[in-house]
Amino acid sequence: MTAATLDRPATSARLLSALQVVHWRNLPLMAGLCIAAILMLMPFLWMVGASLRPAGEAYRLPPSIIPREWTLAAYREALGSGIPFVQMYWNSLVVAALSTLGVLITASMAAFAFARLEFRGSTPLFLTMLGGLMVPPALTLIPLYFGFARLGLLDSLSALILPAMASSFGVYMMRQFMLSQPRELEEAALMDGASYWTIFWRISLPQLGPALAALGIITFTTSWNNYISPFVLIKSWDKMTLPAGIVALQGLMGAASVSVVMAAATMAILPLLLVFLVAQRFIIEGMTMSGLKQ
Amino acid sequence: MAGVELRGIRKSYGHLQVVHGVDLDITDGEFIVLVGPSGCGKSTLLRMIAGLESISGGEIRIGPRTVNDVLPGDRDIAMVFQNYALYPQMTVAQNMGFSLKMRRVPHADILRQVREAAAILGLQDLLDRYPRQLSGGQRQRVAMGRAIVRNPSVFLFDEPLSNLDAKLRVQTRVEIKALHQRLRTTTVYVTHDQVEAMTMADRIVVMHDGRIEQVGTPLELYDRPANRFVAGFLGSPAMNFFDGGLGGADGSRFVLGNHAIPLPAGAERAAPRSVVLGVRPEHIVVDAQGVPAEVVVVEPTGSETQITARLGGQTFTAAMHKRLTAPPGSTLGFRIDPANIHLFDGETGARIP
Repeated sequence: MTAATLDRPATSARLLSALQVVHWRNLPLMAGLCIAAILMLMPFLWMVGASLRPAGEAYRLPPSIIPREWTLAAYREALGSGIPFVQMYWNSLVVAALSTLGVLITASMAAFAFARLEFRGSTPLFLTMLGGLMVPPALTLIPLYFGFARLGLLDSLSALILPAMASSFGVYMMRQFMLSQPRELEEAALMDGASYWTIFWRISLPQLGPALAALGIITFTTSWNNYISPFVLIKSWDKMTLPAGIVALQGLMGAASVSVVMAAATMAILPLLLVFLVAQRFIIEGMTMSGLKQ
Repeated sequence: MAGVELRGIRKSYGHLQVVHGVDLDITDGEFIVLVGPSGCGKSTLLRMIAGLESISGGEIRIGPRTVNDVLPGDRDIAMVFQNYALYPQMTVAQNMGFSLKMRRVPHADILRQVREAAAILGLQDLLDRYPRQLSGGQRQRVAMGRAIVRNPSVFLFDEPLSNLDAKLRVQTRVEIKALHQRLRTTTVYVTHDQVEAMTMADRIVVMHDGRIEQVGTPLELYDRPANRFVAGFLGSPAMNFFDGGLGGADGSRFVLGNHAIPLPAGAERAAPRSVVLGVRPEHIVVDAQGVPAEVVVVEPTGSETQITARLGGQTFTAAMHKRLTAPPGSTLGFRIDPANIHLFDGETGARIP
């Protein structure tokens, strides 16, 4: 037997023990993460559980996740409550989709300008835009209200979509991502005689996939969850979005109707869950590649 | 095709000047290699010729035109980047045809020109592949294909071989040289590898700290380096330098410790107070009658043997095309042929005479 074959079991044993060391060293971290994950999941599970049990059973002690008695009555009641949930679903979808599309277009174009073009005043302009990140959104609601009142856009979906179509955070995130990309591709295109628009559209944008996906999901989620703006800017029920509808349902049903409200909430978060399940890889990739955390 | 003229080219970033008034004439069809250590300004100079970097002063002419304010795409030049810069979402054919598409060349002509360029570089079977499906060497060839498809006046290469393994680098070096001999397009090639510079260039431009140290054919620079920097930069293993002084009744000997090395006739006339003697490793031979030195290490490479030895507190390397073994610490005699000695001013580093 050669020295090499004699050596093999020893090498395997060393490798195995190394793996075990890594494994045991990670155990506290893993345990901590598991606890955190359970804590995060509990409200979701309770929400779904509560929506599937008969009214009145939600606050039973001791609390349980799994209903004793399964029923879809809360869903039927929510949909038949007189609040136009289907219309609100559609409104939320339109607002979130158009806001997301708008942010992706404006943020990627502005980011290209800030990351790649040299022009006078670029730095002060960028810093001013970054300053926008420090303004709390609630502070802009009243000026927006008066602005849209003048434009005659109050009580329309445009009042929700237009302000959401540009985002300082989006520009910043896309710019950071673009700066992390090699410049050579754009320089090669410049040497090939491409215009700046062609470079942006044909060369830079296709490279931004992960960042666009991440920003798209963040924007879609933010818009979908937006609760204050519709309350201030929208009056008619048929223009309201889902969060406002759920709150209205709670008011309509009273505290005893927790199952109905949870049924509505479960229906409301389904699209977000789907988006996250499909695109979570892009979110992580986009965040890590742009060196940003939110 | 066209020549390139650089007149007093300067580049500053704020107060920091990185290129100090470079003058250079590149004749039509010439293969020029800009070589120097990292940070010497060679890539910056190339990027200024390309138009990717603005110039802080001076004039760049390509052919009859001054191109200081001409966009990169309108300079009639093509560039091969260090990391190839192939568009990842386009096929090889689309990559190669992109510049023609930007010039609104009819589709049929683009196809024909891409096929011709692909045939020159042996890329015919790869035209439908994406860059991610290619090996490093194939990507390199596609990058060259993208450059030649436009038939530009000038090719610029920015360290194009540095991402390839040693064997492929040698092979691609030969291909680039052969391509130049076939197309005779003016070429400016940047590298930090002096072997690339020596083997490929019609003329080499050695740069250091944003200045040109010397311009000349590879053998001119090798045989008569203008200063100590050029002498030390070109050649592998590098030239040996000995600090010492002139001695003897007529100052015709270089004194190193207890030893005196005769100088070429006439060398002493121009010699200043302190002198550095330079000698290439292949010009030091082992000779029992020579100056004894202590062997530090012997490195056989197969084709030659390199011996590092110590003399008067200074270490030097000798290289010879014969096989030789000597234990570390032993003593061997070494002889330097006076005809192959280089003398440099100890203060300025300039060549004497």
